[in-house]
Amino acid sequence: MGFLDIDNVTKSYGAVEVLHRVDISVEEGEFLVLVGPSGCGKSTLLNMIAGLEGITSGEIKIKDRVVNGVHPSKRNIAMVFQSYALYPNMTVGQNITFGLEMHGVPKPERDKAMKEVAALLQIENLLDRKPGQLSGGQRQRVAMGRALVRNPDVFLFDEPLSNLDAKLRVDMRTEIKKLHQKLGTTIVYVTHDQIEAMTLSTRIAVMYDGNVQQLGTPKEIYDSPANLFVATFMGSPAMNVLPTRLVERNGALHAILTGSDGSERALRIENAPAAYAAYRDRPVTLGIRPEAITDPEGADRNARNIQPLANVVGVTEPAGSDTFVTMTLSGKDCIARMRADADVHPGQSFDFAVNMDKAVLFDPETEERII
Amino acid sequence: MAVASTENAVRSSSVARAFVYLFLLLFALFYLLPFGIMLINSLKPLEEITGGGMVALPQNWTIEPWLSAWSTAQIGVQPTGLRPYFINSIMMAVPAVILSTVVGALNGYVLTKWRFRGDTLIFGLLLFSCFIPFQIVLIPMARVLGILQIAGTTPGLILVHFVYGIGFTTLYFRNYYAAFPTELVRAAQIDGAGFFQIFWRIMLPSSGPIIAVSFIWQFTNIWNDFLFGASFASGGSAPMTVALNNLVNSSTGVREYNVHFAGAIMAAAPTLLVYIVAGRYFVRGLMAGSVKG
Repeated sequence: MGFLDIDNVTKSYGAVEVLHRVDISVEEGEFLVLVGPSGCGKSTLLNMIAGLEGITSGEIKIKDRVVNGVHPSKRNIAMVFQSYALYPNMTVGQNITFGLEMHGVPKPERDKAMKEVAALLQIENLLDRKPGQLSGGQRQRVAMGRALVRNPDVFLFDEPLSNLDAKLRVDMRTEIKKLHQKLGTTIVYVTHDQIEAMTLSTRIAVMYDGNVQQLGTPKEIYDSPANLFVATFMGSPAMNVLPTRLVERNGALHAILTGSDGSERALRIENAPAAYAAYRDRPVTLGIRPEAITDPEGADRNARNIQPLANVVGVTEPAGSDTFVTMTLSGKDCIARMRADADVHPGQSFDFAVNMDKAVLFDPETEERII
Repeated sequence: MAVASTENAVRSSSVARAFVYLFLLLFALFYLLPFGIMLINSLKPLEEITGGGMVALPQNWTIEPWLSAWSTAQIGVQPTGLRPYFINSIMMAVPAVILSTVVGALNGYVLTKWRFRGDTLIFGLLLFSCFIPFQIVLIPMARVLGILQIAGTTPGLILVHFVYGIGFTTLYFRNYYAAFPTELVRAAQIDGAGFFQIFWRIMLPSSGPIIAVSFIWQFTNIWNDFLFGASFASGGSAPMTVALNNLVNSSTGVREYNVHFAGAIMAAAPTLLVYIVAGRYFVRGLMAGSVKG
């Protein structure tokens, strides 16, 4: 039993099922991020937790109380909307205390709660302004203040940062994380931005097509993706996905790739899971993150299995902190992430170092990871 | 080069601007002319009009025609002037405008924020009521007013105009609220506000422009209506338009044109006033409503 339980929940509009048997249990104080491309059902699920959408089947429980059919205001939740949804006709102060007023909290208590929240979010000087006079970041703070003031069991965030410019988004992201660490509240947060998901969450649910593809900590999701969708959705630049073939040489499995010159490259796999054996001499899909392909000096010192890979450099993209190198492997573009001052030049052959500890294999038919 | 072309653009636009203003001025004069004629003729003695000086300014300025039209002119059989009928019209128009606006706002709120099965059909039917000609409803309406025992009274007229106005006011508010962010309603729901609290505290305070539109439209239509007034209100409860007709069309005595002009201006004054006070909201509200829906 968690703090917030989503048990076998489905959602249908008429005959169309848009959420299929979602099962998530959130512990108290957890920061769960629902991430996925648009139309994956993440916002629908959040609205169902909020009570803004009905539940077709299954149960949602908050603190062991089934809340199916319970009015949103009686679930002790608070929600921050993408557009902030501040009441345009009220001042910031009235916006923050509107919920308390509707719940019949007396004025002195409301004012006290408002002052506390305003101090926490540093918006004391804005309390008499109307939302129209605020900047995007200020509105964002007010929207969070309105959620915080009610001291709810669960906070729901619906893509709260997507209307902010890039710099402010990063600042507010840190701010939200600080707030979570300080208050230890339970948060369910919807976003389509995988970086937000990775940085903020204690656990991530990656959703696609109405299904939870994988539920796990950011590290699990990133290092051990359950399938190709999760592997390519999370991470920027995306994980390299290369068609390969498993062969056994000298008693060890090797993944065979084709270099840009058309000749074979063999990457030895150590500590292969037992399941790999069944795929011997069969085509598989190799997934390897850009940061696992580096220049030899930049390779992870703790890695146990670094394989050399000589290949011709296609394009270099210096990004300041790193230099991204694109090359052709097995007919696909493959991105490597080098140190910023790595000595690579387009058209020249270069000896890359591949950290095979981080490589994952997928079944090309089912697209599930082979473990 | 760029500088030269900018200078050209500025110069030609100022010439064009002068033409625009000239045309606007001419049209404004053209449209104001009838009103000017009415005004000057209402301020001169009858002999000056019958003497053939319609367009000339008064030689002896007088407000006598206005006083006569307001309180002593013969309307029907009584020499009461237009005053009691003016009051009738106020008593009819104000409640009918308020009622139809409030119900239209509620309808618009429900049709956009509390969607239900068949809501577009209901909206379509309400919209249809905008296109029903007045003449068709005369006889059924007379029957209804008879059953309710408010035939020939001001409350009867209020009911008629209220019901007839709902179609238009619903159309205005629905289109306005369709562009109103639903997230605000959801936020208010989570905050614990109920159906009417959301309406009064969130929706209505943001509805200024469309309330002005509804108000002007309804007031102008109801105030200017003649057919319902003539059909459903008789004698002492007749509205201003019917009384003005009775004043102008009275078949006995001398035709006092100056009094008629004064009476006509009195009948038109409230709608003009509403336009002047709330007119700038009118265009703004119409534009806002037209964006979506």
